[in-house]
Amino acid sequence: MNRMRIKGLIRKEAYEILRDPSSIAIAFVLPLVLLLIFGYGVSLDARSIAIAEVVDQPTYLTASFLAELEHSPWFSPTLYPDQASAERAMMRGRAQAILWLRSDFTRRALSSGESPIHLTVNGVDANQARIIQNYVNGTWQAWLQQQATLQGQPLAVPVVADVRIWFNPALTSREYLIPGLIAIIMTLIGALLTALVVAREWERGTMEGIMVTPVAKTEILLGKLVPYFVMGMGGMMMSTAMAVFLFHVPLRGSLTVLVGTSALFLLTALGMGLAISVLARSQFVAAMVAIVATFLPAFILSGFLFDIRSMPRVIQILTHIVAARYFVATLQTSFLAGDIRSVILPNVLGLAVLCAVFLGLSVLRFRKRLD
Amino acid sequence: MRAMLQRVFALVVKELLALLRDPASRAVLIGPPIIQLIVFGYAATFELKHVPFVVYNQDQGQLSRELVARFAGAPSFDLLSPVHSQEAIERAINDKSALMALDIGPNFSADLERGQPAHVQIILDGRDSNTAAIAMGYVQSIVTQFNREQFLRHGAKPPTTVLLDRAWFNPNLDSRWFIVPGICGILTLLVSMLTTGLSVAREREMGTFDQLLVTPMPPAEILLGKALPGFLVGTAEGSLIIFMAVFWFHVPFTGSLLGLYIGLLCFLFSSVGIGLMISSLAVTQQQGLLGVFLFMVPAIVLSGFATPIANMPPAVQYITLLDPLRYFLIILRGSFLEGGGIALFGPQYWPLLTIGVICMIIAGSLFRKRIG
Repeated sequence: MNRMRIKGLIRKEAYEILRDPSSIAIAFVLPLVLLLIFGYGVSLDARSIAIAEVVDQPTYLTASFLAELEHSPWFSPTLYPDQASAERAMMRGRAQAILWLRSDFTRRALSSGESPIHLTVNGVDANQARIIQNYVNGTWQAWLQQQATLQGQPLAVPVVADVRIWFNPALTSREYLIPGLIAIIMTLIGALLTALVVAREWERGTMEGIMVTPVAKTEILLGKLVPYFVMGMGGMMMSTAMAVFLFHVPLRGSLTVLVGTSALFLLTALGMGLAISVLARSQFVAAMVAIVATFLPAFILSGFLFDIRSMPRVIQILTHIVAARYFVATLQTSFLAGDIRSVILPNVLGLAVLCAVFLGLSVLRFRKRLD
Repeated sequence: MRAMLQRVFALVVKELLALLRDPASRAVLIGPPIIQLIVFGYAATFELKHVPFVVYNQDQGQLSRELVARFAGAPSFDLLSPVHSQEAIERAINDKSALMALDIGPNFSADLERGQPAHVQIILDGRDSNTAAIAMGYVQSIVTQFNREQFLRHGAKPPTTVLLDRAWFNPNLDSRWFIVPGICGILTLLVSMLTTGLSVAREREMGTFDQLLVTPMPPAEILLGKALPGFLVGTAEGSLIIFMAVFWFHVPFTGSLLGLYIGLLCFLFSSVGIGLMISSLAVTQQQGLLGVFLFMVPAIVLSGFATPIANMPPAVQYITLLDPLRYFLIILRGSFLEGGGIALFGPQYWPLLTIGVICMIIAGSLFRKRIG
């Protein structure tokens, strides 16, 4: 390793970056745009659920139940004259659920009890359907309670579940999605910055120029890594600042741990890009691999949206080669919980192994030879 | 006319050769989409299975054990060994060995016997809030069921009403039926981006695009020659992926195949158009790659693939109108689950065609302008 040679290579790479500003855009514009879209766009908090109501025979009882729905912040109900028109509305996507009170609803409620309230949800989006069922269920129970109190005989519910959610009491989806998103965005940045840099030199023939100089291959790769690492960390800092100041995600862990894990992750992501670039040799193939191997695996297999423990065992094992998986876990802990060693350390270890594999692969497969 | 067809045909052959001749690029184009369909199809589910939980039970009675047994017996939850202090609960949640903890006080059974509300504290790890929210729904339904049986056991008057819910199109609310058609859409988008997103940029960088421009071919023919391979590869792979969704994942296909294929062609028209537009805006492949990501990532996130469009703020909902994947996902899910056909999909076809036409025009007009 020669300090001066590496410095020279870094300077060369810096000129390259300045000449085609697209890599500056990757480091700073990409996270800005994506974080804004994600931060404002992605939400699992259902609200104003369009619900169609059909009441065969309106009475004071049906009116009081409908009023309860009307007052809930979750629903925006519309009354339909009959079941057929409500079903048409659901087919066209204008209603997500139908609530039907039959003509004998009031009579049965007052005599035998257990008078049915029919709720039909559009089950295509199963997750959303289940959320709607839960909301209607909650509203119905509150109404039952209120009816019982009105009649002077408060309903004694046998078991009351007091649910507490730690780290994110209001379950604001933004607070846990943003740390996960940062992990995904950093995966993209890291891989995009380096995916083409080696392949580009092969394709343009400039690699031959470097070959004839006395620089070692580790020096060439280091010269490629350092400038992009600096830019990537800049992008990471910007994303963190946006999370804290724009989206008001709490940062409960220390900045040192956050920066440390981020640096390790960025190195892993850059290493992955570098490995792609070294192995592919042509920019076109490298770009295709980068498109296929970065975003979707990080989006689906990192545990940011889909629970890893609920996946089949084989897929769970497979998630261990997705670097974002470790970073999602450390980021969510760093932001929402704090510096919890028992979570941070195993994930840092996982990242370190992957990082070594990617960088090792790049060094091993990078030949200082023309063939 | 004949000469034109010959020229376009020659260009299509050249494009397909450029794409498929290199074993590496051929492998990337065919292998990963199919592998990803299988892996993601299994991975992407909103059902919880084997979520670990701990119990701190200070109650000696029978009823608390019964409640715990309900949780332990549910396929969604796995009971870890019991803990004996609140600190142990804290440790288990903090280090993520458990997602949920049940904390049952010493008077639980006694309260229940006396007809007093018996409280059970349930703690969920909010770092995995999506999982926590789903788990909370499961908890509510287990407790509701338990309460109903308590009512009956004590001969109390049943509540005046019951809520009966059922679901259309997906009676068991299997989220895989929802996700797998979505993955079909995403992977079709991926394939069309792979084939078109870099095709012009690569030729620009290599200098062969200038050669193409000095041939007697007008830009419209070049555009056609560049677009058709994307169509061919996209249709072939899209069909394969849809075929696998039906025969591998057994997602029911209830709608019209014709309606779906018209949708597939409209979608490919718009995504190939966008890919060519990105590609002709870019001067280097690096820029093309950046453009592909700047389009593809928001397109997937805002399509309603995993998070419903209805939950987005109104301003963002308007942006999704520009997203071709949004329309294609409606067509895919409509034809798979809702039994939809051409008549129902009209409102999805024309935005796709509009997006496609506009992008193709921009791409074609950029061919000549960006020389040098």
